[in-house]
Amino acid sequence: MSHAAIQADVAASGEPVLQRNRAIDRFMRHKLAVAGMAMIAFLLMVCFIGPLLLPFDDLFIDIKHRFAPPFVSVHVLGTDPLGRDHLARLMMAGRISLSIGFAAMLMAVVLGTVVGAVAGYYGGVIGAVLMRLVDAMLCFPSIFLILAIAAFIHPGVVSITIIIALTSWMEVARVVEGQMKSLRERDFAVAAELMGGTDRYIIFRELLPNAVGPIVVAATLNVANAILMESYISFLGYGIQPPTPSWGNMLNNAQQYLERAPWLAIFPGLAITIAVTSFNFIGDGLRDALDPRLDH
Amino acid sequence: MLRFLIQRSLQNVLLLWLVSMIGFAVLYLAPGGPLTQFALVPGMSQEQLLKIAEQMGLNRPIHEQYFEWFTRLLSGDWGRSFRDGQPVLGIIGSHLWATLELMGTSASIAIFVGIWVGVLGAIKRYSLFDYLATVGAMVALSIPTFWFGLVTIYIFSVKLGILPAGNRYTIGDGSFLDHVHHLIAPSLVLGLVTVALWSRYMRSSMLDVINQDYIRTARAKGAPERQVLVRHAMRNALLPMITVAGLQLPTLLSGALVTETIFTWPGMGRLFLDSLSYRDYPVVMGILVLSAVLVLIGNLLADILYAVADPRIRLN
Amino acid sequence: MRSIRVWTISMGERAPPTLVVENISVGFRRSGKLVPAVHDVSFSISPGETLALVGESGSGKSVTNLAIMQLTPPAPRSEVRGRALLTCKDGITRDLISARREDIQAIRGNEISMIFQEPMTSLNPVRSIGDQIAEAIMLHRNMSKRQAYKETTDLLALVGIPDAAKRLDSYPHHLSGGMRQRVMIAMAISCEPRVMVADEPTTALDVTVQAQILELLKRIQEQTGLAIIFITHNLGVVAEVADRVMVMYGGRLVEEATAAQLFEQPLMPYTSALLNSVPRMDMAGRRDTVLEAIRGSVPDPASQPAGCTFHPRCNHFVPGRCDVTQPPLETAGDGRKVRCLRWNEIGATA
Repeated sequence: MSHAAIQADVAASGEPVLQRNRAIDRFMRHKLAVAGMAMIAFLLMVCFIGPLLLPFDDLFIDIKHRFAPPFVSVHVLGTDPLGRDHLARLMMAGRISLSIGFAAMLMAVVLGTVVGAVAGYYGGVIGAVLMRLVDAMLCFPSIFLILAIAAFIHPGVVSITIIIALTSWMEVARVVEGQMKSLRERDFAVAAELMGGTDRYIIFRELLPNAVGPIVVAATLNVANAILMESYISFLGYGIQPPTPSWGNMLNNAQQYLERAPWLAIFPGLAITIAVTSFNFIGDGLRDALDPRLDH
Repeated sequence: MLRFLIQRSLQNVLLLWLVSMIGFAVLYLAPGGPLTQFALVPGMSQEQLLKIAEQMGLNRPIHEQYFEWFTRLLSGDWGRSFRDGQPVLGIIGSHLWATLELMGTSASIAIFVGIWVGVLGAIKRYSLFDYLATVGAMVALSIPTFWFGLVTIYIFSVKLGILPAGNRYTIGDGSFLDHVHHLIAPSLVLGLVTVALWSRYMRSSMLDVINQDYIRTARAKGAPERQVLVRHAMRNALLPMITVAGLQLPTLLSGALVTETIFTWPGMGRLFLDSLSYRDYPVVMGILVLSAVLVLIGNLLADILYAVADPRIRLN
Repeated sequence: MRSIRVWTISMGERAPPTLVVENISVGFRRSGKLVPAVHDVSFSISPGETLALVGESGSGKSVTNLAIMQLTPPAPRSEVRGRALLTCKDGITRDLISARREDIQAIRGNEISMIFQEPMTSLNPVRSIGDQIAEAIMLHRNMSKRQAYKETTDLLALVGIPDAAKRLDSYPHHLSGGMRQRVMIAMAISCEPRVMVADEPTTALDVTVQAQILELLKRIQEQTGLAIIFITHNLGVVAEVADRVMVMYGGRLVEEATAAQLFEQPLMPYTSALLNSVPRMDMAGRRDTVLEAIRGSVPDPASQPAGCTFHPRCNHFVPGRCDVTQPPLETAGDGRKVRCLRWNEIGATA
């Protein structure tokens, strides 16, 4: 007998626990994922509510106190070359960066799901062509593609969001296509077909709801990627343009003052890292929680 | 094996064609089309624009334009730079080597480190090392490369002064050692993501392999554990990594662009950004398409390597 | 093809045993709890003897033997207690369970070897069969690479692989199931071990190939005096190859006898139930006999019934006794052992 067979023999008998409760239970045991959720909640609160609580407006220019280092004065995280409060700017930038991340994810998920669902459900030539299109898109390094498009349009929050979405839907499409292909063969799908359900009905009401798990995982990782991409192109100067702050363009401005005021670069980068890490942890935790494997 | 390779090659040809179509689409996506860069030139009159449009064949049906563009691409005519009129392919070529050098050095070190971290993590599953490696990998994947580069420069160049802050050579000193000195920081910064990804994939692959029956047979033969791990387990676990390497190319190229910017490394990525700032469209598009072609070539090489390395494909 | 076997070995005439297993217990740790899989199993085997270990899936028959060779998952995922005393080729008797790592590695493949059930997955797919057999040889026998490969060719011929010299470079996926199992056997005998554990080697093969493999094993045994522990759930195979038989249930030894004794008169109800569930040629066409399946199923090792582990499925169950006391392993005369409270109350069953 193989190892696996022996251990399966020895496996404790399962109690009848609801599938969903088990998944939540597994997620909670994933301490990092829980920490990730807490961190994201914290970041969201700080960025969206924080500015209302701070005494300093992020636009308040105070030349007398420029380049104040962090932790020493009332400006908790220091000030920038124009004397603006760094923490306030970080919060406002956070609003932009996080919103773009979420919005881009939503668009990418919608686009990817549609493409993936059509490709997976119909299969055949349509499916093959669509998936090859996905493969071809994936051949382009994402930054090159985003920059090539972004440089030739007028950059704004909306346009940047759209461009990021246009270059990150492929992973979602792959996931959905894979799910559709396997779910399509299952009994309940065949039954729905026999009952005379239309294609649209079967796809949206029967199959997709069962694929929600992997889609959510892909979506979470998509947000992480989107936040990172926005920071990259804003840093390079082709994303969010000043005076609108984003973590990425704050880093761009901080470059020249690296020696003199390193905190201007450290904190935005830290913010990005924390946000992206948290989403990655959550995505990982979700993946483990939704994966019905037994061996742990 | 031949059948496998032919199949893969055909797929890649199809992808190449699709890639060219996407590239062409990007060319036209910019509002105003390829005329944009001309329209931005001050003093450009409407009739001059129309004349340029006719010269570029922009009044012809789109599939004709694509066909013409594609054929020119295949024949090596990738247009001329707007900045100095030099052939695009030549300009890119002179910068390509620097990028490949950076990517190659970075990838070699990072893959080696990543593989061993992954193997150790798999052998000592759930140990402290494994936990730290897993968390570390996830954090490493979340750090913006340019930020990591800035921090590295700040610590090692500004504060400690032991590594150069950029460029490929020190002016006046073109020695090999100087060259290596300049390679260190960018390679390590670029390699962070690679180490993280490879350690996770390798760990996963090792875990799959280590529970297989033939590993138990190797132990039952009396083979020492190290031999079991290297000659039996890793031999099998490394095979899927070849495919992973191919799939990592786009990420590696993206990272290279950012790293080259931070460290002012004179490679293709830097050229891309410079050309972007000058709105030198032909060069920008050229690099865009070339990067995708490089990815395709890389994947094809990975496929060939895989076919050779796996006896199940090599022989029948 | 053998249909009548001469039982030449009875308990009194056995040669001194090569391997003596004493009180082996094995437990696996699942989510923190230690679940016992094998309870206190003892047996011994002598040169040239074939000991069959019979039981359903989950009876602990494979685990016992993996434990002997220290092939169970390392602590803390599994726990092994007991002793397995092997008289090695150099005359020294060593305990395998407590052997150090270098020692057990020198013993595996060399003094005691094992072949497994799934020849498909038991060979490394990316190394040639020549490499894999030669590896075993070079681990234990003092031979150069060239000598080892020459020996490999001879071994392949011995186990009946045609065109042995050319086959050295073949890979497992080039071979059929039966051929792969022959390769496994070649690998297992390459260092002339004294004991071989054959864990269901024919279960995954066709009946015709099965017969060939059994024939091969018999031939090797006759030539070399190899002792074989033959694990199986197939009583037909037991009748074919076994000198002595041990029956296991729920991780315990429940009956031990020579093959002759077992087939003529099983003492433990589980054994008779097993025998009754095997279709026989002389039953064909008869209306009065029923093919009995044993009702119920094998209990989960984590939650075994109180008293005799078999009692919920036993036709001779007596409440108050069988569900209260765990029967001890008793000697039943003539070298036989049986674990049943009522074995001498129950008459002989056919």
